[in-house]
Amino acid sequence: QSDDLRNLSLSGHVGFDSLPDQLVNKSTSQGFCFNILCVGETGIGKSTLMDTLFNTKFESEPATHNEPGVRLKARSYELQESNVRLKLTIVDTVGFGDQINKDDSYKPIVEYIDAQFEAYLQEELKIKRSLFNYHDTRIHACLYFIAPTGHSLKSLDLVTMKKLDSKVNIIPIIAKADTIAKNELHKFKSKIMSELVSNGVQIYQFPTDEETVAEINATMSVHLPFAVVGSTEEVKIGNKMAKARQYPWGVVQVENENHCDFVKLREMLIRVNMEDLREQTHTRHYELYRRCKLEEMGFKDTDPDSKPFSLQETYEAKRNEFLGELQKKEDEMRQMFVMRVKEKEAELKEAEKDLHEKFDHLKRTHQEEKKKVEDKKKELEEELNNFQKKKAAAQLLQSQAQQAGSQQTKKDKDKK
Amino acid sequence: CQLFGYVGIEAVLDQMKIKTMKTGFEFNIMVVGQSGLGKSTMVNTLFKSKVSRKASQPGQEERIPKTVQLQSVTHVIEEKGVKMKLTVTDTPGFGDQINNENCWDPIIKYINEQYERYLREEILITRKRKIPDTRVHGCVYFVPPTGHWLRPLDLEFMRRLSKIVNVVPVIAKADTLTLEERAEFKQRIQEDLKTHAISVYPQEDFDQDPDDRALNDRIREKIPFAVVGADQEHQVNGKRVLGRKTKWGIIEVENPAHCEFPLLRDLLIRSHLQDLKDITHNVHYESYRVRRLNES
Repeated sequence: QSDDLRNLSLSGHVGFDSLPDQLVNKSTSQGFCFNILCVGETGIGKSTLMDTLFNTKFESEPATHNEPGVRLKARSYELQESNVRLKLTIVDTVGFGDQINKDDSYKPIVEYIDAQFEAYLQEELKIKRSLFNYHDTRIHACLYFIAPTGHSLKSLDLVTMKKLDSKVNIIPIIAKADTIAKNELHKFKSKIMSELVSNGVQIYQFPTDEETVAEINATMSVHLPFAVVGSTEEVKIGNKMAKARQYPWGVVQVENENHCDFVKLREMLIRVNMEDLREQTHTRHYELYRRCKLEEMGFKDTDPDSKPFSLQETYEAKRNEFLGELQKKEDEMRQMFVMRVKEKEAELKEAEKDLHEKFDHLKRTHQEEKKKVEDKKKELEEELNNFQKKKAAAQLLQSQAQQAGSQQTKKDKDKK
Repeated sequence: CQLFGYVGIEAVLDQMKIKTMKTGFEFNIMVVGQSGLGKSTMVNTLFKSKVSRKASQPGQEERIPKTVQLQSVTHVIEEKGVKMKLTVTDTPGFGDQINNENCWDPIIKYINEQYERYLREEILITRKRKIPDTRVHGCVYFVPPTGHWLRPLDLEFMRRLSKIVNVVPVIAKADTLTLEERAEFKQRIQEDLKTHAISVYPQEDFDQDPDDRALNDRIREKIPFAVVGADQEHQVNGKRVLGRKTKWGIIEVENPAHCEFPLLRDLLIRSHLQDLKDITHNVHYESYRVRRLNES
């Protein structure tokens, strides 16, 4: 087979310039997935910003501040704009920053991100798989909400971002930016960026290799982290209604680039780089996870003799591991079952003993009652006897008295 | 959820287009048929360039190989900013022997080898960003214009190959059939395919939605396309057209009244190219993978 790569010139219109359209049409009929993770303290404005970004109202109630730990809440929505169907999933970090001890705050977030990679990996490793209509839940963008202190990053922020930067595309933003004055904002931004650099935190780089987007991405990157303000309420500005926040001292317009960087965030996140975010997640972060996971499981591309592992061995090993796990689980379940049976048996024995006791007790009580009744009966009989005796005696007396009386009257009569 | 105003989500379509134009496309096509049926000419006509070298050049001895050989040639072609890496695999020697038993084996082996190559790349721990795709996306099978029925060789080949690759049968050198003969031949071929349960591209099972089905039904009515290939231009009615000049007239290759070449070109390139690749990747490659993994 010859495989020389030569450039050929076409002598007429062939028609494969329609290929990008063919490809895009396929995707539009299937729909797109986009998953955003919002990391930030409770009350920092995550939900409001999402509503503002996507020009809609996602249902959610404000979270409380007394969560015992950080948990992730994911909600999926279907949005449609012209002929594009978007399956948007927004993942919220509930309770982030509320605990007194925040040592483990980053853990649930990392676990969630890994779990999505794991789910995809499992599907990819299946024998019978359906990747082309798999609902992708991997996080494509992580919006990290920085509190508008005006000073620097909190250590929680640094630690969390450091743990996430190799797993997800991080876009840092300054939330509630209307609390910072313009000159402070500039200093704040520089401080944040230099802290990120000095701590080696890798945030998402807007791509500059493609000429159509290089320029806009380069100009926008300068403004990182974006200082945003979110609002779904509209205020009349001039003769138009615009999204804004109204204060006694003025109106902060969300879509006014002089007031905040919301428009820049929307441009970067949605209108320019959405596809790149998805691609980076798949080709960089996911591949890294996959490589680490497979190496962890003991797979190698070449064994020490530099002979490539055969496909069979790879899958055999995995299958054995899987079977081993199954066996372990089965044993565990069996043990638990045996334990439960024992427990139940003991319970039942106890219950039996109880019942016996109760029965004995009842029997005794019954006997006592019976005796009491008998005694009373005897008493009653005695009383009855006495009564009868008394009655008999009384009758006797009465008849005697009558006899005596009649004798008396007889005597009286005789006397007369 | 209802959007209350413009968000800009639809910009993702343009983003995708730009990205794909940057990475370029790969397309691998195989042509199968006895020698002399016009395979190389057809490929050159399809891609409007000298992609394949014709086996019978003046001054060259034509040699029919003793066994089926597979020859792949790769070119890079560009149109309106879209780059395509086109690989054409030819199969000289197919059906040319006296005893053609198992002449499809080298072809099946080649197709499976490409799947195997892709699979090995896919299961590496450290994978390439873009796995090179050498899998055959479409196999154009040239049926000689006998006008009767499909021959046992045709049936055997298509039956076996349609299970592992997209097979597009065409009636070659269709300028030897009149329109009525052509219609009857097609009818008989369609019946033959149905009787032997051979599902050629576009396969009914993979229609995605009613629109897809309607579009593909119209194509299925006309399969196999009766094609004529030509790489020379002639003057007709003041225009330069690609055609074959004969004593009785000029057969215009791109004239739908003369032959169905435009339909083949539209199917393979203008409308279903991505679909051919998708079916190869999502269906044929996956079944190869399942078979392979179950083997161990």
